[in-house]
Amino acid sequence: MKWGTRAWAWLLIGGPITLFSLWAIVDNPRLYFITLLNGLTLASLYFIVASGFTLVFGLMRNVNLAHGSLYLLGGYVGFFVAEKTGWWVLALAAGFLAAALAGLLLQTLILRHMQGQDLRQTMVTIGLSIVVADLLLWAFTAQVHQMDAPEWLQGPIRNIPLIKAYSAYRLSLLAAGIIIGVFLWWLLARTTVGAMIRAGVDDRQMLAASGVNVNLVFAVTFMLGAGLAGLGGVIGAVELSMVPGEDTRLLLASLIVVIVGGMGSVVGAALGAVILGLAETYGLAYAPTYSVVFTFVILILVLAFRPRGILGKPA
Amino acid sequence: MSAAQWRRAMNGGLRHAAGSSGQPPVRVQASAVASGAAAVDPYADSDAPRWLKFLWRTLSARHVLTFGLALVFPFVATPFFTFQVAAQALVLGLIALSLTFLGGYGGIVSLAQMSVAGMAGYALAILGASSTPISLDWPWWLAVIFAVLIATVCATVIGWLSVRTEGIYTIMITLAFGVAFYYLALQNYTLFNGFQGFQKVYPPHVLGVNWRDPLPFYFLSLFWAMAGYFAVKWIVRTPFGVALQGVRDNPRRMAALGFNVVAHRVAAYAVAGFMAAIGGVLMVWYNGLITPGSVNTGWQINILVIAVLGGMRHPIGAFLGAIIFVLLQTFAIDLIDRERFNLVIGVVFLAIVLFSPDGLLGLWAKLRRRFGSDPSVTSPSHRQ
Repeated sequence: MKWGTRAWAWLLIGGPITLFSLWAIVDNPRLYFITLLNGLTLASLYFIVASGFTLVFGLMRNVNLAHGSLYLLGGYVGFFVAEKTGWWVLALAAGFLAAALAGLLLQTLILRHMQGQDLRQTMVTIGLSIVVADLLLWAFTAQVHQMDAPEWLQGPIRNIPLIKAYSAYRLSLLAAGIIIGVFLWWLLARTTVGAMIRAGVDDRQMLAASGVNVNLVFAVTFMLGAGLAGLGGVIGAVELSMVPGEDTRLLLASLIVVIVGGMGSVVGAALGAVILGLAETYGLAYAPTYSVVFTFVILILVLAFRPRGILGKPA
Repeated sequence: MSAAQWRRAMNGGLRHAAGSSGQPPVRVQASAVASGAAAVDPYADSDAPRWLKFLWRTLSARHVLTFGLALVFPFVATPFFTFQVAAQALVLGLIALSLTFLGGYGGIVSLAQMSVAGMAGYALAILGASSTPISLDWPWWLAVIFAVLIATVCATVIGWLSVRTEGIYTIMITLAFGVAFYYLALQNYTLFNGFQGFQKVYPPHVLGVNWRDPLPFYFLSLFWAMAGYFAVKWIVRTPFGVALQGVRDNPRRMAALGFNVVAHRVAAYAVAGFMAAIGGVLMVWYNGLITPGSVNTGWQINILVIAVLGGMRHPIGAFLGAIIFVLLQTFAIDLIDRERFNLVIGVVFLAIVLFSPDGLLGLWAKLRRRFGSDPSVTSPSHRQ
């Protein structure tokens, strides 16, 4: 892109956003900043779930449409562990492990045997998501499961300038998103496993030829990706509550996040999550009937001008 | 060998080998034996009208048999079977057929076909008559024409936006479009009437016939299902259809040959959108209502399930899949708890995808190859 076009793009996208922000801040600063925080915390949840999705996709070219089911599974397991033991951290670990185990089984028992058949893998995960969603509905019924936040995160934090009070849990969610993002960056950029994963993204065959057990790398990455979905499930069980149907919602969010951000890129997932989270919450706060249209318009604009997402590279 | 024979041989070969190449001369014989009577083509060099030639080449004994059964069926079966099972299967089959056309011949698996059908349904409900004040009460024929037009245009736009992507990306993006439409219909009350949707959207009384009665509605669906089936059969043999299959198999080579790959794909979306739109109009008339629930993710995926169940490489597979789907849906209550229908259909779908990627028709072909008496068909058994 030439400098001129880039400047135009910034002006066309940034201009209206700046104008809107100025108007909204003058009009009602508290609403604006609370919406900003809400958007960022929602983005944090989206990032946690979508980063797993994009990780799996980037390495294995494998669209795991059962990702939403893993999210729901992690959430339910976390809910019941928290109810039995009362330990929230244990619930978090249990959700992560349950989803990671399910992901490992999915990868080793089914997907490994159809490596390279993208369409078939996708359809298998669709079928699995139907079955898992129904099994979960059977096991946990259609009633709403709402998990309590841990005691030390319950209640609002007061005396923040401008917005006065804000839920401590949601703020901690923002921190969790950043921590997981930094952890993923460290894992991918600074460790041997990360180097293997990155090499696998670029060229699977060369990685196998240099003596790395690619199947093991695949299994570990899939476990990590699935586990992140489960972790997101436990976190989301507090913020959004668990109902059948949440799996599709989070799957859609993950899809949009990685389409907008660029598939296979963790930074792209963060960017996409922020864009989607902000668009959704601002849409809900300022134009409730059309909030989904904003998401849609963003999706169309990105597809029209950057078909592979903002940070996407050719496959 | 005349051009007509070649074409038939190629099609026969395609049907048997389902795309895999190898030993064409054997295939030619096989198809000549298999088609039997059709091998003598009285129209080969005559100047009979083209539609007659087309019908002669497409129709075979099983078509006549199926058609006869479909005609007799409603007079034998109960109205429940005619309407709830057969008519619903035909309507769903028509929508799934649009996906079969896109997926089987264009190599594009779009999950937005149900949304296109839903757009036609919503347009019909908004423009035509319903129990909601939002409806504009246009005459039914005008509303139907505009509904189909609007949905086709929307399908073309969806196609234009998603052709830039390929394979799995297409699935993701069309799924995202479909879910976005679902949420739009769910959240918007000014145009889509939100959660309630539109009730009492009934087919009209025309020519003294109430098209809502089981028998007329069955024949209406049958007509459009057959129109769709033969339209697909015809389109895939036109230069456009052949080029589309070329684009499916090797887009780069087709582009190098001077074909506009994007234009062919967008056109395929438009054609499929038109079919899905007609299916959508029938679907609304069948249900008598349209709500966001008719276009949710479950239904988007159900259309894929139907197309894959029957076999995505065969137009008839869409209807076969639809019949099985509707039968399972209706009688899952006897097999297992009524609430567990999704489990049954999910397991069936999973089994098909895992063990027979070409659906039930592929399974049938596999069995015939294994136990068949025709040696020329059995010998070159390709593993796919």
